[in-house]
Amino acid sequence: MSFRPDHELHTRRFGRNVGLGIVLAAFVALIFGLTVVKITEGDVSRAISGATKNE
Amino acid sequence: MTAASFTTSDVRADAQFRDFYDLLKPRVMRLVVFTGFVGLLAAPTPIHPYVAFVAILCIAIGGGAAGALNMWWESDLDSIMSRTSSRPIPSGKITSEEARGLGFALSGFSVLMLGLATNWVAASLLAFTIFFYVAIYTMWLKRLTPQNIVIGGAAGAFPPIVGWAAVTGGVSFESMLMFALIFMWTPPHFWALALFTRSDYDNAAVPMLTVSRGRKVTRKYILAYTLLLTLLVFAMSFSNLGGLIFLVTALTFNLLFLKGAFEIWQRSEKDSERDNFLVERKFFKLSLSYLFAHFAAIAVDTTLMMFGVWSAL
Repeated sequence: MSFRPDHELHTRRFGRNVGLGIVLAAFVALIFGLTVVKITEGDVSRAISGATKNE
Repeated sequence: MTAASFTTSDVRADAQFRDFYDLLKPRVMRLVVFTGFVGLLAAPTPIHPYVAFVAILCIAIGGGAAGALNMWWESDLDSIMSRTSSRPIPSGKITSEEARGLGFALSGFSVLMLGLATNWVAASLLAFTIFFYVAIYTMWLKRLTPQNIVIGGAAGAFPPIVGWAAVTGGVSFESMLMFALIFMWTPPHFWALALFTRSDYDNAAVPMLTVSRGRKVTRKYILAYTLLLTLLVFAMSFSNLGGLIFLVTALTFNLLFLKGAFEIWQRSEKDSERDNFLVERKFFKLSLSYLFAHFAAIAVDTTLMMFGVWSAL
């Protein structure tokens, strides 16, 4: 059984979907970065290990 | 939906990612980002670079959201004016409902994120800026008063105040001075544009000063606002924001700007039509570099003062 070729509509929407995907990924990265900075003022390894700046 | 029911109108309504980006008025956003950044940089307390980046991003998205809501509300005007007829809504790429949805969603997102990243004073100021631009200027006063540009200028002047508040958590005399600089610069900038895009505003029946009070009065107003702007900028040179670079920039650009405004005031309509508004076009172009140069000077002076190279005048 072979897959049917994409409808032209899906080809045109591909660019839009990729763009939205990138925006969502950037949003996740943004929140992660902000969390790291807020907890440890920039120390990624301390944030991952769960340490706060007061420890 | 059957294949047969899939018509050309469906294809036209299928916007690309770029069209949604255009809805955020990227050119205006550049000015918002730059002035917001300078406001943030000029603030006297330090801020983590990543938090500063998030703050600028939020200010940019907030500005873009206001732009999208402006395009939603003004799609009828945009389709009449040649300058704006290729925007995403009048060109049929995006529906006004989509623009409204995107505008409201991004407004909420930017304010919330700015509050979480920095403080709620900055977030409230950003929310007020969006409200002021969309509700007070776009919906209410733009089609009501010939002073629309003066009022609209206030909305465009808020980014440095928001940037400053993101760092300090408040509003100060210095951030008010940056606000005043953009506020006083906007009328001569837009009235010069209105002088050489006359038919657009006439057709759209927007009560621009050129339409409602006449072009001679507009020329007089351009000179008056430029004089007031010059006084303000020289006063700024001796505030905490001013340094040597700012003073030199102010001297150079204000002399050129005053000369341009004076020439515009002296010219008659016949003079302008003879050379296709050459002086007015030059003045408009100069106004763009004028604002950029003054804010760049604040940024350079602040950075040099930060490293102790020199202090304020």
